[in-house]
Amino acid sequence: MKRIYVNEEWCLGCHMCEYECMFANSGLDEMFKLKGRTGEFIPRIQVEGGEKAPVNFAVNCRHCTNAICVQSCIAGALSKDDEGMVRIDRDKCVGCFTCVLVCPFGAIMPAPDGKTAQKCMLCTDNTAGEPNCVKHCPNNAIVYEERG
Amino acid sequence: MKYVIIGNSTAAVACIEGIRSIDTAGEITVISDEKHHCYGRPTISYCLMGATSRENMKYRPDDFYEKNGVTTLLGERVVSIDAKAKGVTLSDGQEVEYDKLLVATGSRPFVPPMDGLDGVRDRFSFMTMDDMDALEKVLSPKKRVLVIGAGLIGLKCVEGILDRVGSVTVVDLADRILPSILDSEGAAIIQRQLEGKGVKFILNDCAAKFEGKKVTLKNSGQEIAFDILVVAVGVRANTELVRDAGGNVNRGIVVDTHMRTSLPDIYSAGDCAEGYDSSIGSNRVLALLPNAYFQGKVAGINMAGGEAQQTNAIPMNAIGFFGSHILTAGVYEGECLSHIAGDIYKKLFVKDNKLVGFILINDFLRAGIYTQLVRDKVDLGTVDFELLKDHPQLLAYSKAVRKAKLAQKV
Repeated sequence: MKRIYVNEEWCLGCHMCEYECMFANSGLDEMFKLKGRTGEFIPRIQVEGGEKAPVNFAVNCRHCTNAICVQSCIAGALSKDDEGMVRIDRDKCVGCFTCVLVCPFGAIMPAPDGKTAQKCMLCTDNTAGEPNCVKHCPNNAIVYEERG
Repeated sequence: MKYVIIGNSTAAVACIEGIRSIDTAGEITVISDEKHHCYGRPTISYCLMGATSRENMKYRPDDFYEKNGVTTLLGERVVSIDAKAKGVTLSDGQEVEYDKLLVATGSRPFVPPMDGLDGVRDRFSFMTMDDMDALEKVLSPKKRVLVIGAGLIGLKCVEGILDRVGSVTVVDLADRILPSILDSEGAAIIQRQLEGKGVKFILNDCAAKFEGKKVTLKNSGQEIAFDILVVAVGVRANTELVRDAGGNVNRGIVVDTHMRTSLPDIYSAGDCAEGYDSSIGSNRVLALLPNAYFQGKVAGINMAGGEAQQTNAIPMNAIGFFGSHILTAGVYEGECLSHIAGDIYKKLFVKDNKLVGFILINDFLRAGIYTQLVRDKVDLGTVDFELLKDHPQLLAYSKAVRKAKLAQKV
């Protein structure tokens, strides 16, 4: 299965991936309409390292082989699909955030409603088709490909 | 190969998934005295408050048993195990043979003897879907509810019903609420928030005598009138089947890191099992849903002839009340690094240069990065702990470790 991988040497720390993630999952038709509304959306990818940090890199769900979030979910809301993607069913999620407690990458977070969790589903749950963060990364600091 | 699983909750489901990761052909039979499709037990409070539904409480899809070739005997109770003949007997006399058996019988409410308790008509526990259904039937906006026990179960029940009843009073013998996961300062924050919602607490006290719809408390002597009583004092592991079959039993069913009991071909997992807790270096019951899954999966893999062990279990809990969230893990020992500001509360516990535990209230983003440090007993000399003190981040790891985490399949 194709996953998102990080080339930290190439990350500019520009946060475009975060904006593109918010946009792809916002349901809005134009990026500029996010202006003034970014508080309503929370990106599922997060750039680490501030301006003074020696390095920047983006982190989102690794779709782990033995995903501890899936094993820990109290509601059965997290599951692995046949391809290996970790999915969240937000109708089942009760917002206990046990997944936040166990994800070793810090890649699951509360959704904007605060009552459920959200995570990267590789843009299969919106109209972007392919991961929008990767598509718009200006420097190939994140890539979407098969790796061992 | 014939697999029999007693129980139908998290550990049982995990066992099925563990078995099927190795053996796709063996016969699996699940026997449970609950009639329901598997459901997430801790979601019962969320259902009462309308945050989920009976349909969405299903822990696995409707076709789970069929897809995994599992025969279910629901509404049936196992009354004995014959470890020599390798069979279990059901309450109706039916006998079921096994090659490998999992005992995932969970726990039951502990109700201490209290004078007059039997005379209380509307008295409930709060652990199962049947408990939830029974309690829901008597909820109404004028009813006064008395909850004995300010632990995780009692307070989740409070959250579930508060908006559907007239008043809720919680009594606990401990000096603080949520004593199993919080220290006094942290407990005070949550207590204040619950009190702000109208919940009344009486701590350092317990019921002395019930008379119909009235209880007299032991220490303060005060009387409280109520319509509904919820007893959530504690739980006891269901160990009797293994004990009576001659297996080693302590507070829970004693298991090794492979989830084997002392009896041949009998495994145990979940809230009934006393497995290895790496935070204290010895066995104890860790009655937590994720732990039930980890144990059940390990049991299933081993039952099917694979090799798996659980050696890194730690206490960990995520629980919320009315929008506040408490995430905890490990033990609260050693040096405490704290950051407290209003309703934000963060404590990290460092011992022998390792993060051994934490309490996070309302400041919990990316907490799993901390949890992994605790679980893996990471030497803090190998990470930038100054960064981690501020907030959990992968930047604190070395470049090589980070590459292993982010630039390859995990």
